Amino acid sequence: MTPSLPDPMLPQLYRVQLVRHELHDTFTLELEPEEGVEIPPFASGQFNMLYVFGVGEIPISISGDPARPRPLVHTTRAVGTVSKAMRELKPEDVIGVRGPFGSHWPVVHAMGKDVVIVAGGIGLAPLRSAMYQVISQRENYGKIVLLYGARTPQDILYRRERQRWRSRLDLEVYVTVDHSTGRWRGSVGVVTRLIPRAPFDPQNTVAMICGPEIMMRFTAAELQKRGVTTENIFISMERNMKCAVGLCGHCQYSPYFICKDGPVFQYSRVQNLFTKWEI
Amino acid sequence: MQTLEPILEEHPFFKGFPSQYLPLITGCASNVRFNAGSYIFRESEPASHFYLIRQGKVALEIFAAQRGPRTIETIEAGEVLGWSWLFPPYRWHFSARVVEPVRAIAFDGVCLRAKGEEDHDLGYELMKRVAQIMMDRLQATRIQLLDVYGVGARGRS
Repeated sequence: MTPSLPDPMLPQLYRVQLVRHELHDTFTLELEPEEGVEIPPFASGQFNMLYVFGVGEIPISISGDPARPRPLVHTTRAVGTVSKAMRELKPEDVIGVRGPFGSHWPVVHAMGKDVVIVAGGIGLAPLRSAMYQVISQRENYGKIVLLYGARTPQDILYRRERQRWRSRLDLEVYVTVDHSTGRWRGSVGVVTRLIPRAPFDPQNTVAMICGPEIMMRFTAAELQKRGVTTENIFISMERNMKCAVGLCGHCQYSPYFICKDGPVFQYSRVQNLFTKWEI
Repeated sequence: MQTLEPILEEHPFFKGFPSQYLPLITGCASNVRFNAGSYIFRESEPASHFYLIRQGKVALEIFAAQRGPRTIETIEAGEVLGWSWLFPPYRWHFSARVVEPVRAIAFDGVCLRAKGEEDHDLGYELMKRVAQIMMDRLQATRIQLLDVYGVGARGRS
């Protein structure tokens, strides 16, 4: 007899192991399952529904390493009622987790090709899992390029990790800020400006983009200008996801449910929807 | 004698540039270097040159009273610095501070303008390339103004 799959609507209990304050409004939660609960395997780009009991439930992308599922890691920004309550959690607090859900980054499809990862702001969190994966199988890829844009130098996420990646000779890491402050000596300008500077072969590249929709749209346009086809550009969409299994319709995006068909989409499937005001 | 022609041909700004014009514009070009911390030009000075950056990083700055200089953009290898040489009143709107030592090709703007006036095909070719850069920078500035990562902007939760 095959074991029955857990009910996707039923949250599993996890205990907060650590709340790391990354930036003034951004934090990372490390979670350990309660006894008897298994962390299901996940792929980079997938998300979980995190439930702060008595407050509410929100979707958050998994930002940990798929090869090392424990602890379960999520980074998010405190912007709404639930995420603000989440930021106030303390070690040993209990939280509900459903998932993982949705589609994943095309790390297998990208094998043998150059990989260009473009992140804007908190968009680096869902892409960090993909970074872990391609780095762990470095020999299977051509060039690996990370282009990261943040609002200001104070808003740069995962600073230590980024420095580690930057120090590797087999990774190309470019960071820019929209607004320079203080003693910042790095690049200033939007993340799309990094695309013409980055070394990759556009005919043999898979690009993964995550950030605000406007940023993703212009990034995709710039990648296309360089010669990357829309079939090789992948983006991660965000909508108001509730059930996470394609039933409730909250995250419907024209013919798609972001929770089930996405959040990661091949750009060629959604590019025409980007400019439709009605959806 | 080695000329700057092969270097110009390799720079993205001159990619696909009609080869018959290259010797002509090379006559307006010179090799230059700038040390970190120095200024290539300063706001409101006459805009006599433009630069193809081959190496290094330049910060475009504007001076704000009581706030000091603010960097609005950086220009890096493979890019072009300056278009005020092409438009009256031929004065710089920003200052260009060297962040990382720069090697560049400097073009004499007066010389280039004169050649463009003499041969409008060359002038149009140059104008198209500068216009493309201006459009790219305008689009980038518009996105910058949207402050897409700011609080209140719709983004990733």
